[in-house]
Amino acid sequence: MSPTQLEELQQAAPVRPPFSLAELVRKRPETITFTLLVGICIAVAIANPAFLQPSTLIDIGRASVVMGLFALGVFIILAAGGIDVSFTAIAAFTMYSMTVLVQSYFPGMPIAVILLVATVGGALLGVINGLLVHHLKVPSLIVTIGTQYLFRGFLLSFIGTVWIMSLPPQMGAFGRLPLLQFESANGATVTLPFYFLVLPIAAVITWWILNRTLMGRAIFAVGGNANIASRLGYDLRKVHVFLFGYAGALAGLAGIIHVCANRQANPFDLVGTEINVIAAVVLGGAKITGGTGTVLGTMLGVLLIVVINSVLVLVGIPSTWQRLVVGVFILLAAAFFVTRQRKK
Amino acid sequence: MHKTSEQLIMLVVINVALLAVGAAISGGTFLSLFNFQSMASQVPEIGLLAIGVMLAMCAGNGGIDLSGIALANLSGVLSAVIVSSFLSATDSETGFSLAFMAMTVGIGFAGGVINGLLISKLNITPILCTLGTQMAFMGLAVVVSGGKAVTVGSPDLLSRIGNDMFLGVPIGFLIFAVVAALIAAVLKFTPYGLWLMLMGTNPKAAVYAGFPRTGILVATYAISGTLSGLAGMIIAARNVNVKYDYGSSYLLIAILVVVMAGVKPEGGYGRVICVVLSAIALQLMSSLLNFGGLSNFVRDFAWGLLLLTFLAVGRYDVAGFLMPFKGQNKSSGPGPQAPKPTN
Repeated sequence: MSPTQLEELQQAAPVRPPFSLAELVRKRPETITFTLLVGICIAVAIANPAFLQPSTLIDIGRASVVMGLFALGVFIILAAGGIDVSFTAIAAFTMYSMTVLVQSYFPGMPIAVILLVATVGGALLGVINGLLVHHLKVPSLIVTIGTQYLFRGFLLSFIGTVWIMSLPPQMGAFGRLPLLQFESANGATVTLPFYFLVLPIAAVITWWILNRTLMGRAIFAVGGNANIASRLGYDLRKVHVFLFGYAGALAGLAGIIHVCANRQANPFDLVGTEINVIAAVVLGGAKITGGTGTVLGTMLGVLLIVVINSVLVLVGIPSTWQRLVVGVFILLAAAFFVTRQRKK
Repeated sequence: MHKTSEQLIMLVVINVALLAVGAAISGGTFLSLFNFQSMASQVPEIGLLAIGVMLAMCAGNGGIDLSGIALANLSGVLSAVIVSSFLSATDSETGFSLAFMAMTVGIGFAGGVINGLLISKLNITPILCTLGTQMAFMGLAVVVSGGKAVTVGSPDLLSRIGNDMFLGVPIGFLIFAVVAALIAAVLKFTPYGLWLMLMGTNPKAAVYAGFPRTGILVATYAISGTLSGLAGMIIAARNVNVKYDYGSSYLLIAILVVVMAGVKPEGGYGRVICVVLSAIALQLMSSLLNFGGLSNFVRDFAWGLLLLTFLAVGRYDVAGFLMPFKGQNKSSGPGPQAPKPTN
């Protein structure tokens, strides 16, 4: 693009085109996600008013923490044009080894240190992913399928397969720590747990990295066109290691929160949910080929998937339909976003 | 050409070495006819799925088929439910078997066509599309079976495909061999095979050259789906029941087989014979680990490690052989240095 063209563009920018819905949808695909979410919520609330109880809403909030953390990691990798399916294995690995470690070696470790170590552990596993993706030069899907089996196989064959039912006390206490507590109409206590805060904090940090740092620029540049980004001087190796390390850290954190929230550590948990998470990110408007997407959209996508998962039963659809519905949603969303992009 | 024979020789060497190791560890029982037959009857499921993945990868542009095992299970489950609703497996054994077989392959074909149409007509990225259809196929299988295993039973013809031998070779393996040969021939001798590989090498050039892009893509995923259907049939024939979550690690194994066979993940190159040999090598390794009495988890770990190792081997081989090549391509436009599409 020549300088004059650039100037023209800059001059043209302030003159805003008349508002149009199509333009809004093209620029901010998450409006569709939002509309869909609101639509589903209204439909469900009409079909079954029990949905609007605070307890249901808080359940949804609670259920979206782990998935939301995963989704932020997936989103940042997707934004750079990669894909990761090993994050569930990283989460399972860190959560289980961490629990075993605390239980048998450091029973007095404070919860803050546990969270920190789990995050760092996840980041290290993520860095392995990043280095492999960078040096093997094959699609990250294939690499992370390999590391998924590697991490999970290592966990199950060398660390343990025993289901830990009684957690170290400080982890259990963290899972129960209330942020907000009140009594619902039928007398049951409804608690929004403290760990819920982790999700908005992680979302804000992710947003900050993507929109306010050079690394964020680099991530979107690599997602747009890796070759050009590298010729512009972005260090692809650094970007890859950062991306996968960050996603790994979020996965490690999500894993330990999963353990604390469920008050048990099952090494067979989590793996197998990765498609749901990827679906959430894609429904949030991120293109799987990279370069686009927003944190807000990702969060809306997560809410959408969590709501779909939890309301099917409320409106009387058997839970066996869950997979089919989510699968069809992915295809519809993908088809919709693609046709939208072609029209521009 | 250079690389082609190299990969083939390497796979043959790996197979022979595995046989030798097996013989040495087991003191000869590894090489018994019985063990060979039992190994051969396990290869077809994974081999068929792997050929499907290979075709999708060859199409390039991030092509991959992740829906294979889900489609195989769907075809088994759906056929079992539909066919047994109007035919009884015990009363009319042959009729049931034939209807079941036709149904599984038909469903596989239909699923593949859906994949192909979504990818070519709607331009959905193959990864995303097949992730979605994987989930949808699996979800549909859950819905029609209620999440439980569905009994197919063992009607005469079908169970013979799963369990009998022809001249000492399991029938399932024969079917696999014939299908593999057929696809190899299609890739080598028809325009479709040439188009597929050239399109995988350079999708943009293929469009400008006037290749029927939609047709190629739909055909590729339809073949892949049909192979999944066949795999579903063999799974049903070998096991009395079919269930939606059978073979949950097959997705990784199929990709592992394909990578081991030297198929290029970025498209444009792959040979059926290498995929077959690599599937056999993996089966030998799996049986070896069984002989060693290792758990399934160790096997998962080993597969993951193996996949990454082969990726590394492939990467550094490519670097060694194609470096001068690449430079040439950049500097001088003409001269299609693309790998020759030898099936």
